[in-house]
Amino acid sequence: MSEPIPSNSAGEGRENRPSLSLRRRRDFLAGRTFFVFSALPIALALIILVMLTIRTWPLLQSHSLLELLTSSEWNPEQNLFGFWPFISGTLWVTVVAVALAVPPCLLTALYLSEYARASTRMVMKPLLDLLAAIPSVVYGVWGVLVIVPLVGNYLSPFFRQYLGFIPFFTSKNPTGFSILSGSVVLAVMIAPFIIAVTYEVMATVPQGLRQASLALGTTRWQTIRYAVLPQVLPGIIAGIVLGASRALGETMAVIMVVGNVVQTPGSIFDTAYPLPALIANNYGEMMSIPMYDSALLGAALILLVIILIFNIGSTLILRRVIGRNWV
Amino acid sequence: MKKRWQRRHITEAIVKGFMIFSFALVAGCLGLILWTILRRGVPAMSWDMITQTPKGGFYLGKEGGILNAIAGSLYMAGGGTLLALIFSLPIALYLETYVRDSRFGDNVRLALDVLWGIPSIVYGAFGFTLMLAMGMRASLLGGIIVLTLLELPIMTRSMDEVIRRMPSDLEHAALALGSTRLEVASKVVIRQMLPGIMTAVLLAFGRGIGDAASVLFTAGYTDRMPSSLLRPVASLPLAVFFQLGMPYPEVQNRAYASALILTVIVLAISLGSRLLAGRLSKFVIK
Repeated sequence: MSEPIPSNSAGEGRENRPSLSLRRRRDFLAGRTFFVFSALPIALALIILVMLTIRTWPLLQSHSLLELLTSSEWNPEQNLFGFWPFISGTLWVTVVAVALAVPPCLLTALYLSEYARASTRMVMKPLLDLLAAIPSVVYGVWGVLVIVPLVGNYLSPFFRQYLGFIPFFTSKNPTGFSILSGSVVLAVMIAPFIIAVTYEVMATVPQGLRQASLALGTTRWQTIRYAVLPQVLPGIIAGIVLGASRALGETMAVIMVVGNVVQTPGSIFDTAYPLPALIANNYGEMMSIPMYDSALLGAALILLVIILIFNIGSTLILRRVIGRNWV
Repeated sequence: MKKRWQRRHITEAIVKGFMIFSFALVAGCLGLILWTILRRGVPAMSWDMITQTPKGGFYLGKEGGILNAIAGSLYMAGGGTLLALIFSLPIALYLETYVRDSRFGDNVRLALDVLWGIPSIVYGAFGFTLMLAMGMRASLLGGIIVLTLLELPIMTRSMDEVIRRMPSDLEHAALALGSTRLEVASKVVIRQMLPGIMTAVLLAFGRGIGDAASVLFTAGYTDRMPSSLLRPVASLPLAVFFQLGMPYPEVQNRAYASALILTVIVLAISLGSRLLAGRLSKFVIK
């Protein structure tokens, strides 16, 4: 019984070592698998877009796009689907939020990158991370507890009494559930984001540029204004647009403070009904009325398209400015 | 020489004043939020809140707690994070070791950034339509799937960014010794990435557990403890939302307590990720 012992071509003491061809095959297979995985995000983005379009199609067949986007008649039972109150509500809340958030955020970012000591920066970074980590419902609770009473009891009466002649500040809404409340909450929510992007963009300006400017005897602000800012302006704008797109799609915090009345707002103290709130509030009953589901998914599609345009544009700009994608 | 006060110096002082004011404003807002949640949440907290499920009449202000929502949220965010990790780790490794600086890689990154920007309500609507098409009802599984979609871009992009920032000498050394790209990815890069992976996972988990709009239709809500993948499940953000919507002050107080629980979980994760990342960095060759 002498069976020949199979000889090991790999050599002494190396029995467990996989051969080169096996390693290369594994490498190749893993590459293929990983490639499929990596294509998934692209596929997913397309699938979401296509699926929402397909589901909105019945609505687009029976109503003209222009009518859907510009009509203010919203009455699903009578087959009237005018999205304008919701679109304008979304725009109001977002624009006011960005207007409130941008000045303090830019100044904070400038302060952190140009003036603050290293120790201040070390403290601020985790603080911003914390602010960004707080869930949107918690912002909503804060809005209901603090911002809504503030607006309803103080700001709104004050503006009505003394500044009521300015068109955007006058309103008959007696409560604090209003565009302004939603915007304040949103402004705080997008603040860490805008600050972080701006800070990152400012950091790409070479230190030598600042030193050269300061060496000429300028003040710090002159250096920022004439040497640093012109370099990074596109990046900052892109960051603000990204922040705006976050604000645009935010649902829970807004739904809790904005009032949700179907109307086209005319003042920051009016109630509004933004698109995300429309979807969230009505999804449960959408199966009972014809075309309703189509209309709600249409609302999601409108939101998605606006955000896709915002996001792709600003991502491409940021790529140019900081040489890589923003996280 | 005495400094002459020119207009530019006055501008400088004014601008600096505004900057410090803005800085204080932003920091103050964070403080105000935490203080509000603490002040309203702590008095309403009780042992029952975190150890009991809602009993009859809970939504009228009677006995019970929100253990169902805490468990549901942990299950959903845990499941979603696990699934997202399974997908995002290979993608991040692939982007860095196989197709570094390629056009395909840039396109994948763009797609991920776009996905990151898609609002969670759109994920929710999309997920719900998908589930309808497959004949599924609101369930734990649905919630997990939607959270996976939501967390995937966050996790992948933050991992990707971490690997990008690390020096590539080590990779080059491994390649020069004859390793295949797979071996570089699985034996060298992954070890260097450990702190980054940890941070990315916890970041995504925090985002998942705090998100309400995406699970609103896909996971539903129930007063029972989560029992099966195919049954509806409660979640903390929705517990806050629904309780706040009730007209009874007792129930609203519980909403504040629930918000406090959620905030504590999220902040603990955020702080924990910092500590863990520090500890895991011992595996990193600098």
